[in-house]
Amino acid sequence: MILLWLIVVLIIGGILAWAVARAIPLLSRWISVVAILLDLALALYLAVQHLNAGPWLAQADWDWIPQFGIHFHLAMDGLSLLLVILTLFIGLLAVFVSWREITTAIGFYHFNILCILAGILGVFLSLDLFLFYFSWELMLVPMYFLILLWGREHRARAAIKFFLFTQISGLLMLIAILALYIAHYRVTGIYTFEYAELLGTPLSPLASMCIMLGFFAAFAVKLPVFPFHTWLPDACAEASTGTNMILAGLLATTAGYGMIRFLFPLFPNATRTFAPIAMILAVIGILYGAFLALSQTNLMRLLAYASISHLGFVLLGIFASNALSVQGAVMTMIAHGISTGALFLIAGLLEARTGSRELDSMSGLWDTVPRLSGVGLFFALASLGLPGMGDFIGEFLVLLGTFRGHLIFAIVAACGVLAAMFYALRFVQRAFHGPNLRQLHLPDLAMREGFVLGVMIVALLWLGFYPQPVFHTFAHAANHLPALWR
Amino acid sequence: MLELLWLVPAIPFASALVLAVVRLPRKVVAWLAVASIAASTIISLLITYSFLHAPPAGNAYTEVLWRWLDVSGFHPDIALYLDPLSLIFMVVVAFVSFLIHLYSTEFMIGDDGYSRFFAYMNLFVASMLTLVLANNLLLLYLGWEGVGLCSYLLIGFWYRDPVNGLAGRKAFIVTRVGDTSFAIGLFLLFQQLGTLNIQDLMRVAPQSWHVGSGVAVAVAFLLLGGAVGKSAQLPLQTWLPDAMAGPTPVSALIHAATMVTAGVYLIARTHVLYALAPSAQFAVAVIGAATLLLAGFSALTQHDLKRVLAYSTISQVGYMFLALGVGAWPAAVFHFMTHAFFKALLFLGAGIVIQALHEEHDIFRMGGLWNRLPVAFWTFLIAGCSLAGLPLITAGAFSKDWILWGAASAAQGSTGLWVAALVGVLLTSLYTFRMIFLVFFGQEHTPIAKKPGAAMLIPCIVLAFLSIAGGYIRIPFAHFLEEVLPWTTRVASAVPLSETASATAAGLVFLLGLVLAWFFILRRPSLSSALVKNPAGAALHRFWFSDWAMDWLYERLFVRPILWIAQIGKGDVIDGSYDGLALLTQGGWRALRSTQSGKLRWYAAVIAGGTIIFIAVVLFL
Repeated sequence: MILLWLIVVLIIGGILAWAVARAIPLLSRWISVVAILLDLALALYLAVQHLNAGPWLAQADWDWIPQFGIHFHLAMDGLSLLLVILTLFIGLLAVFVSWREITTAIGFYHFNILCILAGILGVFLSLDLFLFYFSWELMLVPMYFLILLWGREHRARAAIKFFLFTQISGLLMLIAILALYIAHYRVTGIYTFEYAELLGTPLSPLASMCIMLGFFAAFAVKLPVFPFHTWLPDACAEASTGTNMILAGLLATTAGYGMIRFLFPLFPNATRTFAPIAMILAVIGILYGAFLALSQTNLMRLLAYASISHLGFVLLGIFASNALSVQGAVMTMIAHGISTGALFLIAGLLEARTGSRELDSMSGLWDTVPRLSGVGLFFALASLGLPGMGDFIGEFLVLLGTFRGHLIFAIVAACGVLAAMFYALRFVQRAFHGPNLRQLHLPDLAMREGFVLGVMIVALLWLGFYPQPVFHTFAHAANHLPALWR
Repeated sequence: MLELLWLVPAIPFASALVLAVVRLPRKVVAWLAVASIAASTIISLLITYSFLHAPPAGNAYTEVLWRWLDVSGFHPDIALYLDPLSLIFMVVVAFVSFLIHLYSTEFMIGDDGYSRFFAYMNLFVASMLTLVLANNLLLLYLGWEGVGLCSYLLIGFWYRDPVNGLAGRKAFIVTRVGDTSFAIGLFLLFQQLGTLNIQDLMRVAPQSWHVGSGVAVAVAFLLLGGAVGKSAQLPLQTWLPDAMAGPTPVSALIHAATMVTAGVYLIARTHVLYALAPSAQFAVAVIGAATLLLAGFSALTQHDLKRVLAYSTISQVGYMFLALGVGAWPAAVFHFMTHAFFKALLFLGAGIVIQALHEEHDIFRMGGLWNRLPVAFWTFLIAGCSLAGLPLITAGAFSKDWILWGAASAAQGSTGLWVAALVGVLLTSLYTFRMIFLVFFGQEHTPIAKKPGAAMLIPCIVLAFLSIAGGYIRIPFAHFLEEVLPWTTRVASAVPLSETASATAAGLVFLLGLVLAWFFILRRPSLSSALVKNPAGAALHRFWFSDWAMDWLYERLFVRPILWIAQIGKGDVIDGSYDGLALLTQGGWRALRSTQSGKLRWYAAVIAGGTIIFIAVVLFL
């Protein structure tokens, strides 16, 4: 029941926030905060109460459209729990950043944010493929609005690009789901979208590969995987800060989650055949993202490419499919959500102060905003994989695991870590170091901003020095995902 | 007492945190920074006392703080390991850091980044101590990257000048090239032996690999890559001279006394692997010998006082590598210690001189300072003699003679290596006295602006004392390290001479260098300028001055291609193909739209044509 509440609270909160916005705009923000905090409390309650209960912390199953075998089946295991907490954490921060930045249509903005969060939670909690697809699409439309209505100059183009990429790939996944559904019916005579029953559906290698690719298309676009990544930089360059945090920090985790939960268990053989290609794409993405990040002048675009580079490690770790690399990929998703979220947040704060997203308009900011600059430096270091922070643990485990079976990929990807230095240090130099050319006098971090970033710093250091709780939580889930590592 | 070990890195770390977060008045900053390092030093000395008087079982002590992570058979701890080797490094690092911190409180007093400076410095000390105390290679790697980070931050400390930022980035990136190799070495070690715990590795490796096996050689070379980067050895030495852009105490601490010897520590720590990979060990020796010569030549031609010292550092670390490479392990560690004393002192003295002369770095515009800055002069002279190897008195002579003897007699020594080391002594003596004569003797070129105070002079005096006295503990030092770093001498040594003969040769060569420097700099300065003006001499001078043109080469081989690729890729070529797709769709739309012309006759004709084609298809296929 709590699982349902997790989603319902967000949707009710969203509707309320929309309803009251016209009368009291501030209340709309607070309702969003309260809704997310309430959800966070529920998730933490589950974590504390049921963590050692068994593979599934909680389940809830209702008939939805019984004629077609569609259930409203929610379930949470350790993996979902981790990602749910991450989602709510980043979502909360996204609401915080919007406090000053979003001044128009405040109610609708928060409605969209909460709807996306509900959709993401739905993705993490669904065990019915129809419900999964439903949630997947639930993320799409609000995001389209967020980019379109609160974006910058070329927002329309970016929003349409985002919509086309995700919609087309989503349709491919829908076809794949239906194909699997029918194939299952042909064998067993039962119509069902239930995850547990679709597992082990006998498929010919070709069918299995085709259906798997349908799923992969949706995940590949969302992650994003090279060469399906080009919507992300455009979207990030145009969207508002809070949107970017969700776009780069959270949507990627839904894709990674989808691969771990559905792709590998449903198609153990097809994924194995496909793994080399996926890993090649991952390695290309790592290097490609890093190199493109190096030459960007728009800060948001730079971070988007950096994000693509980091997410290459997620793909690499999952498809290298051994215990170390998959756990590394999960850790990378979480750490990346925090560190990239923080970097977008910092970029937003810089934009609010300097009035621009262009690196050229910043220089020597350390002179005038030393605290903000110091925090920016910290997260840039996280991004370049400095030990002691969560990103390092994730990427190191991915590489350590990948090295076992796929030496060359690991070595090339390790060079990608090196390439991350180029853009991260360039960002620090261009924004914070150097002379204060424009003689800027800007306000340094305010209390609220400092608090939010401080929490993220602590979280990242905690993941870097004591990541065991994360691995421990995930271990419960890993036990019933045997196809992940062989 | 030993259980206090965790405090040694923890105290500097905590103070770094406080200095970074809390805004404090200058006095408090200075007090906090120095006191924390002093506390670390005192604890490490107490631990040493306890370790010497009541050695723990197995002559080693492990302190597990917590389990870092535990993932499917990979479970490194946050744990410290104390044995004679790490103890020596710990004490030297903590003590030299303390002196340099004390010096910095005065040196940096006018700087508006006072608190930031000490935050970085303390973070550095914490990382360095973590590096030398780590019980597994992953934690060592954490310290390793931490010192690299602090080096980057401190080289670019005066961030307003982009040149400093560039030097910092260069140092960070070049060393990280080596670190990537190191990391891959870790992957390989874990894949092969299933652990990263150093002692386990050293125990298991000889059982799993035979001498000269491919994996052992690969691992040794990969780790060597990391060591070469951090310790500024060929071919990754190019970052160190530029690193002099940082404040002088930084150069003294990070780029002379401690961080650059991390590579030496790594190789000594994993010496079992090198014993299993003779070819890699030989490479260490060759790299050391080549580096010490090349850097020695470069040092001869520099104008910037700090750059002379930078090349000297590269050259001296080359000596340590040579010692490691021939298997004279304790000699390398001994030279690390004496070098930490005298090289830190040289930099501190250089800092006094540079500050006294209004930030003048050019040694040709200095001169006649010996009676103006007497304490600085005498301590600098002692350190210089120690560096050049004034026989029988100075610590540097003892450690260098030991390395020379090792090059001749140790397991992997050879005549060639011994001769290289001896030529190195000549070069060292030459550039050291060239520097001393130009800075302190001759005519005064620039007036004194500022005299150093007590906080700057006391560290110099203490280090000067150690630059001499440090040499006399060689025998107990060797005895102390015996169990950790065995020195096997060859039955018949490669060079037919005794240890005394080798030391005598070094002493004579030292004298020769001194006399030549005196002759060319003080007696006949015209001769040396004539030498430089002659075309062949000028070309050679330029070549050496530019560090054998390696920067020039790397710029063209790596930096420009990478920037070029980044630049052409800027617009994201992949996106172009999607744009192409969009254009194609648009084109199709235009083509179809043009058929909607509104002409009824045209529609009728198309319908008829379509029908005919359709029927034809049905009939004929």
